[in-house]
Amino acid sequence: MQPAQPQDESELSALLEEASKEERPLEVIGRASKRDYGRPLQVEGSVQLEAFSGVRFYEPEELVLSVGAATPMAEIETLLDTQKQLLAFEPMDLAPLLSGAMAERRTDSIGGVVACNLAGPRRPKAGAARDHVLGVEGVSGEGARFKTGGRVVKNVTGYDLCKLLSGSFGTLAAMTWITLKVLPRAEKTRTLLFFGLEASTATALFTRAMGSAYEVSAAAHLPEPLAAVSRVDPIREAGGSVTAVRLEGPTPSVMARQAGLRRLLGDLAALGGELHAQRSLQFWREIRDCHPFVGRSDCAIWRLSLPPAKAVEALAALAPAPADAFLDWGGGLLWLARPQQLPEIPGGEALLAALGIHATLVKADAAVRAAQPFFLPRLPATTLLAERIKQSFDPKRVLNPGRLYSGL
Amino acid sequence: MSLVMPKPDGSIVARRGALAEALRSIVPGEGVIDQADELKVYETDGLTAYRQLPLLVVLPETTQQVSQILTYCKREGVKVVPRGAGTSLSGGALPLADGIVLGLGKFNRVLEIDYDNRCVVVQPGVTNLGITNAVQAEGFYYAPDPSSQIACTIGGNVAENSGGVHCLKYGLTTNNILGLEVVLMDGTVLRIGGKAMDAPGYDLLGVMTGSEGLLGVVTEVTVRILPKPSTAKALLLGFPASEQAGDCVGAIIAAGIVPGGMEMMDRPAIHAAEAFVKAGYPLDVEALLIVELDGPEAEVEHLVGEVGDIAEEKGASYSRISADESERQSFWAGRKAAFPAVGRISPDYYCMDGTIPRKALPLVLERMREMSAKHRLEVANVFHAGDGNLHPLILYDANREGELERAEAFGADILTLCVEVGGVLTGEHGVGVEKRDLMGQMFNATDLAVQQKVKCAFDPDGLLNPGKVFPELHRCAELGRMHVHRGQLRFPDLPRF
Ligand SMILES: Cc1cc2nc3c(=O)[nH]c(=O)nc-3n(C[C@H](O)[C@H](O)[C@H](O)COP(=O)(O)OP(=O)(O)OC[C@H]3O[C@@H](n4cnc5c(N)ncnc54)[C@H](O)[C@@H]3O)c2cc1C
Repeated sequence: MQPAQPQDESELSALLEEASKEERPLEVIGRASKRDYGRPLQVEGSVQLEAFSGVRFYEPEELVLSVGAATPMAEIETLLDTQKQLLAFEPMDLAPLLSGAMAERRTDSIGGVVACNLAGPRRPKAGAARDHVLGVEGVSGEGARFKTGGRVVKNVTGYDLCKLLSGSFGTLAAMTWITLKVLPRAEKTRTLLFFGLEASTATALFTRAMGSAYEVSAAAHLPEPLAAVSRVDPIREAGGSVTAVRLEGPTPSVMARQAGLRRLLGDLAALGGELHAQRSLQFWREIRDCHPFVGRSDCAIWRLSLPPAKAVEALAALAPAPADAFLDWGGGLLWLARPQQLPEIPGGEALLAALGIHATLVKADAAVRAAQPFFLPRLPATTLLAERIKQSFDPKRVLNPGRLYSGL
Repeated sequence: MSLVMPKPDGSIVARRGALAEALRSIVPGEGVIDQADELKVYETDGLTAYRQLPLLVVLPETTQQVSQILTYCKREGVKVVPRGAGTSLSGGALPLADGIVLGLGKFNRVLEIDYDNRCVVVQPGVTNLGITNAVQAEGFYYAPDPSSQIACTIGGNVAENSGGVHCLKYGLTTNNILGLEVVLMDGTVLRIGGKAMDAPGYDLLGVMTGSEGLLGVVTEVTVRILPKPSTAKALLLGFPASEQAGDCVGAIIAAGIVPGGMEMMDRPAIHAAEAFVKAGYPLDVEALLIVELDGPEAEVEHLVGEVGDIAEEKGASYSRISADESERQSFWAGRKAAFPAVGRISPDYYCMDGTIPRKALPLVLERMREMSAKHRLEVANVFHAGDGNLHPLILYDANREGELERAEAFGADILTLCVEVGGVLTGEHGVGVEKRDLMGQMFNATDLAVQQKVKCAFDPDGLLNPGKVFPELHRCAELGRMHVHRGQLRFPDLPRF
């Protein structure tokens, strides 16, 4: 079936109103880079939002950008770059992981990034997409055109539905316009590398670094076999695990913090190397986009959000083979590869609950995604509330039904 | 006063004695207040223009009691107004004649400090400053710092999504919490998030934050704590014209600098503050900026230089850099005391809280001067300039016939103007009852209906804090029946309250 392609808000609204009336579910598509993220949809029709693309306004001195939801991320990044600005949450590009192939240019849209509440290595310092969305316009499953939020950072006027829509995977409303907070790009970036550390030493290092006043902007740990597949020379050639800590800011600040951090961490690990400008960018892009697991077609990939200090315990319990996991967010994010035939998380929901971990099944064959919950552990009380929220926006379950929870 | 609240339900009021008795079986002893003189303590919050004695006050001590109280109230159709310290400036905690006030003051314990995961688990009645006090010996702090931080509770902060002078760099409450325990109106106890950064599913943490006590009662909060920056320095910058100060703010941001805080005061506020605390402010300027830079020493030194240069270029006539910690504190002393300082020069003042795009500041100041003349009331301005959040303080005397009404009208004009220039009604104080009737300036009927349907998901009977935030009450069934056509909701013409 051809996707419907509404050209403006009123066409979109009419389309959804009608779909609701006829109880005809639809897949919501921005730039189609994440169609395999979430539980597989059992729907025939789809609505394509490409018409909602382009810049409504960009005011660099006000740190604000307003764009159509389907505006390509590549376009946004290029535009912000001209003013030395960026989306500080370092939005992840999921396309390589989902498609199994690297691409020269990212193909995703801002709407998809927001709908999936993506973030990158700067998450501990700068938050996720949810923390940068100032306003949204959209159409609910019933066809109601509405707006929420505004264009200023400080705003508590009404419920913060921007947060609710961020991470709703297009199940509540089709977003048409999104206004975002943008921030200045750091003048200087420096990544400190430590080689050959055990995961336990790496997490001890993270705890100390992230608990210091040196304003670490990213911290990741790659076991040896995953470092070995990096395209960044010093990482690939490390010959052991790689622990990386990033500093960003004005030049004198970065230089001073680098020296301070080395002193602080001296008894845990000696500095093995540094990445500057381009190579640092390249390395953190690999971490951001989960490159170590791109192309592992035999694997299901889980993304685990956890209390950072639980990382060692989590690794020991979940990933006995070093090639199966790596850490970002100073230990707060664990990427886990599991065999497709055995996608379950070892220890299951009980272990996740005990360690305070939230797991999301990011990539797997459709059959696996249909059989597994998208989120673990399952939380019956919040799911019940989620069902009522879905009911408020989309009572006929028109938008991406079943994407987050079976039957919802 | 011009505030209309939902008409009290006489049958509930008539059953007051029986309700008190039933609630005492849940919270024994002094946990239920029904004496008029004791109820009076709760009759208002920080927005003292509005007062109402509650039916009863209940002060539970455990989550289980909260759950039982709400279950009982839902069954009996009794309205519930949650309350922290009662410092809300929007009337969020204003009682209802036919509702109980649920005071969370006894939830005052810090439950867990977890330095390795950089978070603290607290009960909602712990004060904002209490969190920082609990962790500062280890070099940590909780970043959002409302001026009311000695008194206001973290539960109230979550409900209002409160901010403070350091929110420009470190974010609001919503960006600094990781987990909540919430009791819904039907008694369900929900745990949302935890110590991890991302929680799965819909962002309930995000929608609870800033929900003004309408969606659930917060009974536990997990907040993020941050290592205290090693250095902080402030610049005190005076300008011959407010416009220049506004320009300077824009230029600092445009230069890629995000100060820890960037505050502005106008002439009346400067004079009031100086007379009150003797902060050493220059009195011959129209506008004063306090720009605080924090972080590693090398960064602070570097940025202080840059900001100084920008200020000079923008025509600053006064510039001073804090030489030490005590001088930095003194720069802030005046700003932090601005409200009480204004309180000394005027019998009453009315604090507004709109946010505007920074570039609109000169226009808004200009228009505010005209409005001041029109309404025949003085105004003193303090701003969180970095993020465009204005706090005009309208000076009036409630004992003078008609002044409160003029102050309210002046305030409404200011907020309407904020929306007109692309801003919003409230930056951090919340809608409450105060801005409730102005919601239509920012949102159309559909926008509001979508929000009210979210309310229905949490509290289908509308028993939690009704009469706040939304200009009209709708029963959830009505909202369900309202159908859209071409994206427009057809509203049945309902009477207000
Ligand atoms: C002098 C002064 C200065 C101020 N400065 C600032 C400032 O700089 N920045 C700022 O943002 N605000 C400021 N405020 C406003 C106020 O302090 C904040 O809104 C604060 O968060 C309110 O906290 P509270 O504990 O007093 O809550 P209350 O006033 O008791 O209640 C506020 C709202 O929260 C709800 N609520 C309270 N506790 C709970 C709970 N546990 N669960 C669910 N709902 C709950 C209430 O129903 C009500 O709607 C200031 C107020 C004063 C008086």
